Amino acid sequence: MDDLMTVVDWSRWQFALTAIYHWLFVPLTLGLSLIVAVMETIYLRTKSEKWLAATKFWMTLFGINFAIGVATGLILEFEFGTNWSNYSWFVGDIFGAPLAIEGLLAFFMEATFVAVMFFGWGKVSPRFHLASTWLTCIGASISALWILVANAWMQYPVGMEFDPAQMRNVMDNFWALFSGIAVNKFFHATLSGWALAGIFVIGVSSWMLLRNRNRDFAIRSIKVGGWIGLIGLLLTMYTGDGSAVEVSKHQPMKLAAMEGLYNGSHRQGIVGIGMINPDKKWNDDQEDMKWAIEIPGGLSYLARRDFNAFVPGVADIIEGRDFTADGQPVNTVSYAERIARGKMAHEALRSYDKARAANNPAAMDSAKAELKKNYEYFGYGYFDSVDEAIPPIAMTFYSFHIMVALGGYFLLLYVVVLFGVYYKQWFEKARWLQWIALISVPVMWVCSEAGWVVAEVGRQPWTVQDLLPTRAAISEISSASVITTFWMFAAVFTILLIAEVSIMTRQIGKGSKRNLEIDNAH
Amino acid sequence: MMRPIRSLPARIWTFYYDGFRSMTVGKTLWAIILIKLFIFFVVIKMLFFPNLLQRDFDSDEERADHVRQELISR
Repeated sequence: MDDLMTVVDWSRWQFALTAIYHWLFVPLTLGLSLIVAVMETIYLRTKSEKWLAATKFWMTLFGINFAIGVATGLILEFEFGTNWSNYSWFVGDIFGAPLAIEGLLAFFMEATFVAVMFFGWGKVSPRFHLASTWLTCIGASISALWILVANAWMQYPVGMEFDPAQMRNVMDNFWALFSGIAVNKFFHATLSGWALAGIFVIGVSSWMLLRNRNRDFAIRSIKVGGWIGLIGLLLTMYTGDGSAVEVSKHQPMKLAAMEGLYNGSHRQGIVGIGMINPDKKWNDDQEDMKWAIEIPGGLSYLARRDFNAFVPGVADIIEGRDFTADGQPVNTVSYAERIARGKMAHEALRSYDKARAANNPAAMDSAKAELKKNYEYFGYGYFDSVDEAIPPIAMTFYSFHIMVALGGYFLLLYVVVLFGVYYKQWFEKARWLQWIALISVPVMWVCSEAGWVVAEVGRQPWTVQDLLPTRAAISEISSASVITTFWMFAAVFTILLIAEVSIMTRQIGKGSKRNLEIDNAH
Repeated sequence: MMRPIRSLPARIWTFYYDGFRSMTVGKTLWAIILIKLFIFFVVIKMLFFPNLLQRDFDSDEERADHVRQELISR
C-alpha cells in the first residue's frame, strides 16, 4: 500500500508539474492572439503603418510563445496511458472524443492559419491574412473548449452509463457534456487568458517607457491590451462567480475546502483574509481558522444566492447535514453511507465478474442491476475512512484566496493604468506605476496557475468525481520510474522555459530598438 | 514571357518553403520545436511512456478484464 501511495503521489506531482508548465503558454496564446487580431483589424481599417508595426511586434512574441508551448500538452496524454491507465480505460470515449476533436482541430487550424499569419505577409490579400489571424485566435479557443469540456466531465460526470462488460463509461448524451460546470470553466479559463495577455502587453510596454523607447507605440499597445485585458478580467470574475454556484451544487466538499470551512452555518461569511488552523481535524472542536476577516453572509450568497442560506462545511458534508434557507433539514447522503454503498457496488462488480466467468447471463444481469443502483458512489468503496475523502484543505484555501486577491489587484491595476493613459498622459510620467506594471507580469501567472490549483487540488482525491479516486486510477508501475521521469521533466521543462524567456526578452529588446512607428520588417 | 501556371500543391509547397527560408527568429524557434518533438516523442514517449494497456494486451476484452481485476482488487 505504501508503494501504491508513493506511485500515486509522484504521479500526481508529475501531472501537476506538466499541467502547470503547459498552462504557462496557453493563456498567453489565447489572449495575445486576440490582441494581435484586434491590432491587425485596426491596421486594415486605418491603413496606418504604425498599427502594422504593432501587429508584427506582438505577433512575433505570440509566435515565440506558441512555438515553445506547442505540444507540451501532449505529455499529459502520455501520462494518462502509462501512469493512469485504469483511469484512461474507465473514462472511455467520453474523454477520448473531445481530445480527438481537439487534436484534429488544433492540428489543421493551427498548421494552416498560423502559417498564413507568419508567412503570408505580402503573399495573400490583407483581408485573407486578417481572417487567418482571427481564425488562429478562434481556433485556439475552440481547442481549449474541448480540453475544458473533458476536464469539466471529470468534475461533474454526466451523459454516460457504466458498462461493466467493457469496464468503461459509455457516452449516451453528448450534449450533457456541456454542463454548467463546463460552460463556466471554458469561459473562466479562456477569458482569464485575455486578462493575462493584457497584463503582459502592459508590462512589456511599460518596460519600453522606462527605457524611453517607442513611447507612442507603448501607449498604443497599452490601450489595446488594457481594454481587452480589463474586459477579460471582468468576465473572468463573472464566470468565476458562476463557477462557485456550480461547485456548491456538484462539489460541495471543494467549496468547503476553498473556504477552509469545517462547520457551516446560515448566513455564512466568506473569508477576505485569514489563516487556516493546520491542526484542525474535521471531527474535533478546534477553530477552523487561526484568524480571519470575514464578509458576513458572503459565502451564502456566493454559493446559493441568498445571504441567509446554509452552506455546509466539511463536517456537515461528511455527516450528511444540510438545510434550506428557512432551516428545514435536507436529506443528503453521509460519507459513511456513501462508503457502504460504494463497497456494495464493488461487491456487485465482483459478482458480475464471477457470473461472466461462469457464463451465467441471468446472474450477470442481476449483478449489473445491483451495480447500477449504487454506481454513483462507486469510488467511495475504495475508502476505509471518511478522512480519505477530504481534499488538502490548506492548499485549496490559500490557492483560492491568492487567486481572488490577485484578481482584485489586477482589476485595480487595469483601472489605474487605463485612467493614466487617457488622463493627461499621466501614465507616461508615472515611472513607479510603470515599474509596478512590469513587476506584475510574473505575478499574473501566479494568479492564473493558482486558479488551476484550486480546481484540481480542491477535487482530490478524485480523478472522476465520486467514481474513481486516484488510488484506483493509477497503473501498477514502479515508483522509481515515476520519480525518474518526474525529474527528467523538471529538467526538460526548466531548459525550455529558460529558452522561452531568453528568446522572448531578446526579441523584446531587439524589437524595441526599431522604429515602431513604421513597418520596417519587410 | 508568361509564368507557368503551377498546381495548388506546388504553390502551397512554395509558400511554406519561402516562409521558412525568410524566417529570422523563427529558425531558432523551429530548431527548438524539432529538438523538443524529438525529446517528447522519441525519448520520452518511446522509452518511458508506453501505453500500458495497448502494449500488454491484444484485445479490448483483455484490457477490460485487466481493468476490472485492478478495480476489484484495489
